[in-house]
Amino acid sequence: MQVQAMHIANGIVDGPVSAMFAVFAALALAFCVWRARADLDDRLAPMAGLVAAFIFAVQMLNFQVLPGVSGHLLGGALAVVLVGPWVGALCVSTVLIVQCLLFADGGLTALGLNITNMALIGTAAGYLLVAALMRLLPKTPAGVGATAFVASVIGVVLASQGFVFEYWLGGTTHLSLATVSGTMAGVHVLIGIGEGLIAATTVATVARVRPDLVYALRRFRPAAPAPKPVPVKEPAA
Amino acid sequence: MSKRLGWFLAGGLLIALLLAGVVSNFASGSPDGLDATAREGCTVNADGEITGGTCMAQQEKNHQMAGSPLAGYGIKGIDNPYLSTGLSGVLGVLITFGIGGGVFWLARRRGTKAAGLDRSEKAGV
Repeated sequence: MQVQAMHIANGIVDGPVSAMFAVFAALALAFCVWRARADLDDRLAPMAGLVAAFIFAVQMLNFQVLPGVSGHLLGGALAVVLVGPWVGALCVSTVLIVQCLLFADGGLTALGLNITNMALIGTAAGYLLVAALMRLLPKTPAGVGATAFVASVIGVVLASQGFVFEYWLGGTTHLSLATVSGTMAGVHVLIGIGEGLIAATTVATVARVRPDLVYALRRFRPAAPAPKPVPVKEPAA
Repeated sequence: MSKRLGWFLAGGLLIALLLAGVVSNFASGSPDGLDATAREGCTVNADGEITGGTCMAQQEKNHQMAGSPLAGYGIKGIDNPYLSTGLSGVLGVLITFGIGGGVFWLARRRGTKAAGLDRSEKAGV
């Protein structure tokens, strides 16, 4: 059997912990839906569908990172830059649900774990980095590309440590946690670099063709000439 | 939705279809980072089944949806591996776009404020 994507399979983390994360993921996604509604307008909604479809496509493209080891994009940082954190988390979750239910990729029991790592940790880390970097870097295709690269590398490594945390809570085997954590981090730095290059190319291209469709460029503009009618609380910077 | 946005979406979707339908056949078949880590310490046969040793994936169970017609990124009944992977990728992109786009479209803001924002932003583009 050929293994295609890096989603947790059934039976690696035990039932109770998997169920706990399923509840956590469901609550977090409900919160994302609530926050996403403020962002979703006639322009962002179809764009979000495209981002989900694009992430599905690119997740099929495993690239070699070491002899006998491959990796693929997770998409959290890419989604944050293009459609924002709340809609972005929902985009990645949509992909994970389709993969799990139709393509038998990533265990059904493990769906909550996979959503937590890739859709929630990946986008949350990506969002914090994007928000910080967009204040420092120029609002150009190059600036937004560099932002996507850095956010991807760190987001992917943190997502991999999400798995280590879940394994620590409910692993069905008992291997040295330090070894698991180290191996996962090492491999995912390489995967993150690959993801970063793909994400940077993608967002820089969109920023060149249609800068108005890049959430990070609209949202993190220094002083918007016309205040947005969207009631969004600015985090105290 | 404006015409320009329509063209952009069509272009983006075409790229996604090409990636999932064609480029996917050139993807690496090696186990990915998580899977390779989960199998470290075990001996694995040519089919990827664990034959011995100690590793995280020892207790791994089969997928509940393993009988799905698209399971494992192929289409049941199509023997040509390129066609099978490519078509399953194309279907996956269309299904994801359909479900994602549909849900987001239904959930979007439709108040008077939203309409006003759209008009002003379109004029500014």
